[in-house]
Amino acid sequence: MIEIDRITKTYGTVNAVDAVSMTVETGSITVIVGTSGSGKTTLLRMINRLEEPTSGEVRINGKSTSSLKPHLLRRRIGYAIQGHGLFPHHTVARNIGAVPELLKWSRDKINARVDELLALFSMDPAEFRDRFPAELSGGQQQRVGVARALAPRPDLLLMDEPFGALDPIIRTRAQADLRQIQRKLGSTIMLVTHDMEEAISLGDHVAVMDAGKLVQYAPPAEIIARPATDFVANMVGDVERPLRLLSLISVSEIIEPGEAEGEAMPETASLRDALSACLWTGRDALPASRGGKVVGRVTLKAIRARAGAHA
Amino acid sequence: MKIGLILRPALIALLLALVLRPEWFVPIFAPFAPEGGPVIYQRASMLSLSVSHLAIVALASAAATIVAVTLAILVTRPAGAAFRPLSRTITNMGQTFPPVAVLALAVPALGFGAGPTLVALFLYGLLPIFENAVTALTNLPRATMEAARGIGLSRWQCLMRVELPLALPVTLTGIRLSIVIALGTATIGSTVAARTLGEVIIAGLLTNNTAYVLQGGLIVGLFAVLIYDALVQLELYLLGRMGG
Ligand SMILES: Nc1ncnc2c1ncn2[C@@H]1O[C@H](COP(=O)(O)OP(=O)(O)O)[C@@H](O)[C@H]1O
Ligand SMILES: [Mg+2]
Repeated sequence: MIEIDRITKTYGTVNAVDAVSMTVETGSITVIVGTSGSGKTTLLRMINRLEEPTSGEVRINGKSTSSLKPHLLRRRIGYAIQGHGLFPHHTVARNIGAVPELLKWSRDKINARVDELLALFSMDPAEFRDRFPAELSGGQQQRVGVARALAPRPDLLLMDEPFGALDPIIRTRAQADLRQIQRKLGSTIMLVTHDMEEAISLGDHVAVMDAGKLVQYAPPAEIIARPATDFVANMVGDVERPLRLLSLISVSEIIEPGEAEGEAMPETASLRDALSACLWTGRDALPASRGGKVVGRVTLKAIRARAGAHA
Repeated sequence: MKIGLILRPALIALLLALVLRPEWFVPIFAPFAPEGGPVIYQRASMLSLSVSHLAIVALASAAATIVAVTLAILVTRPAGAAFRPLSRTITNMGQTFPPVAVLALAVPALGFGAGPTLVALFLYGLLPIFENAVTALTNLPRATMEAARGIGLSRWQCLMRVELPLALPVTLTGIRLSIVIALGTATIGSTVAARTLGEVIIAGLLTNNTAYVLQGGLIVGLFAVLIYDALVQLELYLLGRMGG
């Protein structure tokens, strides 16, 4: 359990983070969402003490984070950021093994952990272990960044806009992967984003920040159903508008020839259903059926194009 | 690349011949020697002069590298930032002093021999290394530095494992410049009795023997070109490893 207790950071006369308190359950994803400059990054960086709080305290499993030296604390807290921040002069294996190496794990144990994580992120260890970051695609670099953060089995994983540098299609996949891996490992994750859609689709809890203050902290369904302030309502509204539009359009309108894997969508279903099936199962396309027979496919790209055209 | 494949061994062979078998070049240099005068410098072997020349350059450059990189590390730490202008002024001064003046000033203190030359080359070598190391250390990829601290490297580990390795290629460029300058500048050390290849050139100038000047100049030039090239190759290799 992570307890954040009236934590405040003041720069000059401005409170970048203003007396934020929240409790994060072990094994859950908490997404911190807010507009740019609302203090999300500062809040996150105070948890691993990259920033020292002006006042307030963070406790992990009851123990104050100020009781450890900052760099020792950070080895127990994973950290993954936008643009991955991999070490360009080290191989993928050395990048992922960086913290276990600091923790003086044995060579064998590190190698086994590296291979395990690469496999978990659908990257063939034999193929990728010895590559340098520059020899990976953006999506692969991002996955290695998250794998590095998970390597020492941290009590907590902090992620600051980890998908920010990915293009939208890959981002959806990366989110689905993260969800799946988090469920499998039972990790506790705090993730920062400015994208309410990401917050709602990914978070067990969503913390909405506005001008340094925590304005609402609740499960996604409650954020949508009962936004605490106009600010929250506006942020949710931006997400909902294209979704509501998609629920008015049927699959039959965008069927294209071609094949896709997995369970089929009836052509009478709405694009909103098709979208959530894509997101849920991590597919880029679904077979479309008429009267139980597959007649083509719907792609995530086409759905997004429709959502974008009306937004 | 192809040209380098042929040119590099050819230049190395030429240099080795000039240093080890200078007598082979009598027919080539003869037209430049005075009538009936000596064509090839005989008072010292080219090999011993080359070794001494390179040793002086290596020693001065190594000292300059250690001091300049240490200074660069100190002034790029948060606590040392205030000293950046001062250290820049000092290294700049090393550069603006003419080497001859440094020699003249150092002789009374250090006497004739290699000492004054080492001091001059050392002072001359500081600036390019310092400037490049500071530039490299202040322009490291931001996300990488943030992640390095964020995953729990101590400041020392950050420096040794991330900052210095990433700053190495650009720092090496500074070291390369400084070595090449030192290789040339070392020749004037012979005026204060340092044993360098400058001895041959200066003997040529004093006796109006262009053959000597060519012989000494060619060897110094070839050393400079080949060492420069080797260091460029090393930088390219390091950059390649980082996917630069
Ligand atoms: N080191 C700093 N010095 C001064 N102001 C800062 C510093 N870091 C952040 N701020 C300010 O604090 C506020 C919150 O920043 P940040 O936490 O980065 O927001 P977010 O991540 O939500 O975009 C901003 O107004 C920003 O300008
Ligand atoms: Mg931010």
